[in-house]
Amino acid sequence: MPLDIRVPIGVMLGIMGALLAGYGVLGDHSIYARSLGLNINLIWGTVLVITAAILLTLALRKRRP
Amino acid sequence: MTLSWVDWLLMLVYFAFVLGIGVALKRYTKTSADFFQAGRAMPAWVCGLAFISANLGAQEIIGMAASGAKYGIATSHFYWIGAIPAMVFLGIFMMPFYYGSRARSVPEYLRLRFDEKTRAFNALSFALMTVFSSGISMYAMAKLLELLHVLDSPFRTLGLNPSYIFDTCIAASALVVLVYIFFGGLSSAIYNEVLQFFLIVAGFLPLVYLGVRDAGGWRAMQQSLPSSMTHSWQGFGSASTNAMGVDAFGVAMGLGFVLSFGYWCTDFLVVQRAMAANSMAAARRTPLIAAFPKMLFPLLVVLPGLIALSVPPAHIRPGGSGRSGGLGPSNPVIAIVESPEALPSQGLIPYKLRAGTGQVVYDSDGRAVRDYDLAVPVLLLRYFPAGMLGLGLTALLASFMSGMAGNVTAFNTVWTYDIYQAYIRKGATDAHYLWVGRMATIFGIAASVATAYVAAQFNNIMDVLQLVFAFVNAPLLATFLLGMFWKRTTGHGAFAGLLAGTAAAALHHGLTLPLGAASGVKGGWVAIVHMYPSEMAQNFWTAIFAWTACFVTTIAVSLVTKPRDEQELVGLVHSLTTKPRDEQLAWYARPATLAAIVLAVTLLLNVVFY
Repeated sequence: MPLDIRVPIGVMLGIMGALLAGYGVLGDHSIYARSLGLNINLIWGTVLVITAAILLTLALRKRRP
Repeated sequence: MTLSWVDWLLMLVYFAFVLGIGVALKRYTKTSADFFQAGRAMPAWVCGLAFISANLGAQEIIGMAASGAKYGIATSHFYWIGAIPAMVFLGIFMMPFYYGSRARSVPEYLRLRFDEKTRAFNALSFALMTVFSSGISMYAMAKLLELLHVLDSPFRTLGLNPSYIFDTCIAASALVVLVYIFFGGLSSAIYNEVLQFFLIVAGFLPLVYLGVRDAGGWRAMQQSLPSSMTHSWQGFGSASTNAMGVDAFGVAMGLGFVLSFGYWCTDFLVVQRAMAANSMAAARRTPLIAAFPKMLFPLLVVLPGLIALSVPPAHIRPGGSGRSGGLGPSNPVIAIVESPEALPSQGLIPYKLRAGTGQVVYDSDGRAVRDYDLAVPVLLLRYFPAGMLGLGLTALLASFMSGMAGNVTAFNTVWTYDIYQAYIRKGATDAHYLWVGRMATIFGIAASVATAYVAAQFNNIMDVLQLVFAFVNAPLLATFLLGMFWKRTTGHGAFAGLLAGTAAAALHHGLTLPLGAASGVKGGWVAIVHMYPSEMAQNFWTAIFAWTACFVTTIAVSLVTKPRDEQELVGLVHSLTTKPRDEQLAWYARPATLAAIVLAVTLLLNVVFY
C-alpha cells in the first residue's frame, strides 16, 4: 500500500467530528428539537473524533515497528 | 432544503480529501499495473471494504430503503441470501483461479480459459454496461439534488439561473471523479471507496438510531407494522402470500443462486477489488471480510424504509411556514413534497404525484401510491439538524461518487486490456497503455455524461438497454462455473451457451408479464403465455431460465467439440490446479474459518428475524 489509508480517513473524520462537536457546543440549541432533544452534533462529533484517534493510533504504531 | 454554513463546510472537507487522495497517489502511479491493478499491493481489509463499497452506490441506499418500505424486512434477502453465500463462494472457490491465473480482468480470464470470441463478447457487453451504469448513477444524483433543492439558495445568492442546477451537478460529479481516477487509477478508487464506507456508516448509523428511538424501539415497530413486514420469511411458502410475489424456491434459486452468484462472482466491478490484493490469501479473504459489514447493512439501509413507515404521522403538522419558508422543525417533509396533497396520512413517505397535474397517483385498488424513493431523504430532513444534515448528505454524495468511480475503473481496465490491447494495438509499451487508460477514463466519463442526458430525455430507451444487459448477464454464471469446475468445457461450448442463455432470457421475458403491467418494456412483447404476481418474480425466473439454457447448451456443445490440452488448463480449472495451502496462516486469517463464521452469523440473523 503506497499510502496508509488510515491516515487520510482518520484526519478527515477527525476534522468532521471536531466541526460537528464544536457546532454542537457553540451553535443554536433549539435545532435539537428535531433530533428528539439529543444534541446529536456533540454526541456524534465526539464519536467520530474517537474513531479518528483510533485509526491514527493504529497507523502510527505500524509506522515505527 | 436550506443548508447552514456548517453543512457546506463538511461537504467541502469531503471533497478536499477525495481530490487530495487522487493527487497524492499520482506519484505512485507509474506503470499500467499501478493504474489498473493498484499494483496488486492492497491489504485484504482495504480490498474488502472497497469490494463492498463499490457495490453500495446511492441507488442501492435509496433503493433498498424504498424496498424496505414496500416489502419490509424481507428485503434483507438481497443481503443474506442474495450476497453472502455468493461472496463466500467467490472467496473460497473462485478467487484462486482469478488471482492465480494472473489474468488482469474477468474477460481476460475467459480468454485464458476459453477463446477470443468468448472474451470479446464479455468485454464489449461489460464495457458498455459500466459506462451506462455510471451515467445512470450521475443522473440519479443530479435528479435527487434538484428535488431536494440543495443548491437553490447558493444559486440564488450567486445570481445564477436555477434551471442549470441539474447540469451543474452532472458537471461537478464528472469532474471530481475524473480528477481522482485520472491521477490515481484503481488505487485512488479503492481508497475513496474505503473512505466512503466510513462516511456511510457515520452518516446513517445515527439516523437509524434516532428513527428507531422515535418509533418507540424495535418492539413497538413490530407491533405497529404488519407482521409480514418485520419477519423475513413469513409468507414465502407460496408466491401469493408475500408482497414480493415469489415463493421460497424462487428466492433461493433465482436470487440466492443465479442472480447473486452471477453478480458477485463474475462482475468485474467487484472482482477487480479482490484482484488488487497483495497476495493470494488476501485476495481470498477480500470477499469474506466484505461479508461481515454486508450482512449487517440491512440495519443501515433497509431499516430506514421501515422507520419511515412506522413513525406516527403526528410528527408531521402541515401548515406552518410551508415550502417557501424552508423547513421548520415541525414539518421537514413539506420542504420536498411538491404540494400538500402529497403529505402522507401515516408515516413519513409522501404520496406520488402525477407529473404536471399535481394529482395523487392511486393504484388499481384505490390506494394512494407512495414515493418510496423518498424514504431516506425525508428521514434525513426529519431527524438531522444542521451539522448532521451536512454529514448525512455528504454520505449520500460519497456513495454516488464511488458508485460512479467503480464503474469507471472497471471500464478503463476492460477497454485498455481486453479491447485496445487485444484487438487494436498489440505489443505497445507499458507507458502507452497507461496513457490509453487515462484517455479511456476521460472518454468513459464523457460517455457517462452523455448517458445521463439520454436518461433524462428518454426514460424508455434506458429501460430497454438495462433489460438487454440483464439478458446478457443472466447466463454468465453457468459459463464460469463450467469453465472453472469442468475441464471438458470448450470455448465453442461456452460461446454457444452464452448466446443460448441470452436468447432464453429474452424469450422468457417476451412471453411473460408481471400482473398489472402493460406489454412492452415490462415483458410480453412476443405474446403473453404466463403472468407473474410481481416484477421481481419475473426477474428471478428470467434468470433461472437463462442460466439453465446456458448450462445445458454449454455442456451439449462442449461434448461434441474438441477439448483443450490439459497442460494448457493448469491454474485455470479446479481439478488441474493445486489447492492453495492455508496451514501457515493464523486461524483467523484462514479463508475457511472466516467463511464458516460468516455463514453461521448469517444463519443466526435469518433465525432472529424469521
